[in-house]
Amino acid sequence: MAHDTAHHESNTGRIWKVFFILSVITIVEVILGIIKPAFLVETTVISMKLLNWIFIILTIWKAYYITWAFMHMEGETKGLRRSVVWTAIFLICYLIFILLTEGDYVYEVFKAGYKSWDF
Amino acid sequence: METTVTKTGTEDKIWGGGNQPLKVSYGKMMMWFFILSDALTFSGFLAAYGFSRFKFIDSWPIADEVFNHFPFLHGVDAPMYYVALMTFILIFSSVTMVLAVDAGHQMKQKKVIIYMFWTIIGGLVFVGSQAWEWKNFIKGEYGAVETKGGQILQFVKPVDDGYKRVKLGEIAILDTHKERAQHDRKSGVWYEKEGALPTYTIEEVRAGFAKKSDLLIRTQTLTKEGEKTVLSREESLRRLQGDAIGIVEGANLRHNEYGTPLFANFFFFITGFHGFHVFSGVIINIIIFINVILGTYERRKNYEMVEKVGLYWHFVDLVWVFVFTFFYLV
Repeated sequence: MAHDTAHHESNTGRIWKVFFILSVITIVEVILGIIKPAFLVETTVISMKLLNWIFIILTIWKAYYITWAFMHMEGETKGLRRSVVWTAIFLICYLIFILLTEGDYVYEVFKAGYKSWDF
Repeated sequence: METTVTKTGTEDKIWGGGNQPLKVSYGKMMMWFFILSDALTFSGFLAAYGFSRFKFIDSWPIADEVFNHFPFLHGVDAPMYYVALMTFILIFSSVTMVLAVDAGHQMKQKKVIIYMFWTIIGGLVFVGSQAWEWKNFIKGEYGAVETKGGQILQFVKPVDDGYKRVKLGEIAILDTHKERAQHDRKSGVWYEKEGALPTYTIEEVRAGFAKKSDLLIRTQTLTKEGEKTVLSREESLRRLQGDAIGIVEGANLRHNEYGTPLFANFFFFITGFHGFHVFSGVIINIIIFINVILGTYERRKNYEMVEKVGLYWHFVDLVWVFVFTFFYLV
């Protein structure tokens, strides 16, 4: 273990701080989801609404805090951290890239009218 | 950790397991790799959801209209509030879990018991909330009409600021001389029966729609502003007379009054799989909770088991953060 059980000081201060951060991020997400500011919906960045990008970035930010602080990834060795986190990030990005590209292609096929679907 | 792993007598030798480059116990490392593989499973589901969503990018249901219930607020449009509450419950139970782990590091048995207790309660409340969410989703609210091509047509009427959804019950003119009866086991071919019949028939809805001239039909197609397209009165009549073949109330794996059936399929599958994780997390937590009460880890002088179930529990929370974003926000 990276840390010896013998000398452990309490981390409660940090835990509550992280809880506060996670709550604030969630509240911001909910508020944005309810009011849906027009300029965020209308602006498109890399073929997706800016609002959706904000949601995804906030989510990854939350995931970072949960993994690093609550799951205590920050205290693990570099080797363990990289073997878990890098593997996940690489495979997930790859999968998402492939499937979303393919989904968009199928959408174009439907739209071009090669296949009738609304009847 | 020394006490949790059986000694082999070769600990001091490099090739005998004495060398620990990752400096974690076997159990904790395997929990991390289990979490990694489970994370890949969930991302497979969510990526498949993304695929289907991109495929139907301009006709996907709007989550705010689907999940707008809140306990004791009947008929009030409350999008997101309930699921935000569920998110808070799960994050908070994650906090109590990490506090239990922290107390475990300091060998404070009483504190571990209290914090684990609240973690379990939080998990149970979350699973219950999810069940309630499912119930609302399955039951549906307004009902819709399905076309030959499997598209969903919903009913609206114009109000001051846009359109208001209309329930099937407000439209249909009931035909009291209906011939159609539910096929039961006792009639016709033995041991065959059909599911419950819809409350209204398509003819009843057609008759009512023709009489009420302010009613319009809303299709699945999204406009540029991200709202559903509302047809003109003539077009509405044409679609209802020509294309509609049946009534849909609520949602199951084949029909879905909110839009494409894929939406319901993914909703059931992903939140169901996540709910199953929460449920098994609660069970595992209860087992460890009992062990803590019995003093197992006091005797072991080590609370690493609490830390390991803690990892799993945080992972469940982590997955929910993503499900929340992709099902309810984006």
